Amino acid sequence: MELLTKRAKVLEQKPMSFMEKLYLPAILKGMAITFSHMFKKKATIHYPEEKRPFSPVFRGLHVLNRDEEGRENCTACGLCAVACPAEAITMEAAERQTNEEHLYREEKYAAKYEINMLRCIFCGLCEEACPKDAIYMSETFAPSNFTRKGFIYSKEELLIPNPITDREKFDIAKGLREAQTKKN
Amino acid sequence: MDILAVDLMLGLEKLLLIGAIISFSLLVAMYTTYGERKIAAWMQDRRGPNRAGPYGLLQPAADGLKLFFKEEIIPLSSNKMLFVLGPALAMITAMLTSAVIPWGGYIEVFGKQVSLQIADVNIGILYIFGVVSLGVYGIMIGGWSSNNKFSLLAAVRGASQIISYELAMGLSLIALLMMTGTLSLKTIVAQQMEGGWNIIYQPLGFLIFLICVFAECNRTPFDLPEAENELNFGYHQEYSSMKLGLYLFAEYVNMFISSAVMATLFFGGYDIPFVNETQLISSIGVNLTALLGFVALFSKILFFLFLFIWVRWTIPRFRYDQLMDLGWKKLIPLALANMIITAVVLLWLNK
Repeated sequence: MELLTKRAKVLEQKPMSFMEKLYLPAILKGMAITFSHMFKKKATIHYPEEKRPFSPVFRGLHVLNRDEEGRENCTACGLCAVACPAEAITMEAAERQTNEEHLYREEKYAAKYEINMLRCIFCGLCEEACPKDAIYMSETFAPSNFTRKGFIYSKEELLIPNPITDREKFDIAKGLREAQTKKN
Repeated sequence: MDILAVDLMLGLEKLLLIGAIISFSLLVAMYTTYGERKIAAWMQDRRGPNRAGPYGLLQPAADGLKLFFKEEIIPLSSNKMLFVLGPALAMITAMLTSAVIPWGGYIEVFGKQVSLQIADVNIGILYIFGVVSLGVYGIMIGGWSSNNKFSLLAAVRGASQIISYELAMGLSLIALLMMTGTLSLKTIVAQQMEGGWNIIYQPLGFLIFLICVFAECNRTPFDLPEAENELNFGYHQEYSSMKLGLYLFAEYVNMFISSAVMATLFFGGYDIPFVNETQLISSIGVNLTALLGFVALFSKILFFLFLFIWVRWTIPRFRYDQLMDLGWKKLIPLALANMIITAVVLLWLNK
């Protein structure tokens, strides 16, 4: 028969030799392999006690940033929503009142800011689009929830802890990220 | 009155022994399930159960409790009496075999010699065969009474498998019995203590016996009656709660008891290798020797249990025609040949 390519191999179908027909040598060989696997490095880890380190470029849940004085960075420009390929972000802008300078960094702010985590594909384009460093992606992932509604994260859930009232949590949220970026 | 008093003491002694052996086999069976899961995990580069208690040691207790508290469902179209009888029979036959196995020499309690064997029947091996062949009823009844075609298929498979392999098993033992000249397990162990283990004289017989035991216990590669992917769990598919638990448990008790039988018949039973028992008795006493003997037997059993698990996680299941082919066309002729060769050699030696 003419071969189609040079790489083709004709399968040899010899009848089994006596040793092969015995099966036992092959079974013993297999058992040696499984036995050796008992002492190999385990592929799994003790999960809740041990956690696998995230990669430095890991893109997890979004965090809305505040500056050092606890003011929200977001100015509700809408660039993240425009950049978002999954259309997961919606927001409503509002104007800052005179007595709200300690809450918002600029004159305009997001009164409502929602991300639908079921739509989000965690591509990180919102992070890249943001001119104010107001949104970045952390190293946690969205926990499970019983309802679809529960996956629409409001601004309160996304905001980083206030550095003035809760400095420690703010540092944790920030510090992890800095430690990770330093590594690069 | 004297006779009555002696009998009562004997009865009490045997009752205690039976209680101890049954609870011990159940405990071992429990931890074999744990061992099975752990070793399976290690062989697949995983860690296995490690949540319940240190190293997951309470896992079997958790599993057992779960099975106890689950809802018990008896299918409407099933034969209720047989449906309940099935798992009970499976468990009872699994436990019955332990009666004739010598678990050790003898101990001295209050100046009285107590044999560590429930019944030293002079037809011990015949008894084992009788009870083991009853084991198929557990599968048959379970599969039949479920009124489910998959269960029935599995039951038919299981019955034909066990019957086929019992033949080769018996034939392989006949060669052994021709050598020992007795059916009593205690005498067989005593002979092995003096003349070396039977595995030296009957390696082929042991191999055939081992393969047949795998088939009798429905362990991989012969687990056709449960074949998860073909019969979705086979004969115990309709069972739930502790009835299912009893079926699963009976398999592990079976494994434990057959390991004990194998250790007794071919590996010297409670014989401690390279140690002269009579000398040991005079140096450390009867009770300690019996304990050491039991430890020796138990480590042999543990090795066989490990072998069961090891083989399960290594080789896949036989196809049904391969199973029958192996049983009828390979093992039975081999066992017959082994029997005839043994007979010829024995006759030649005795001449």
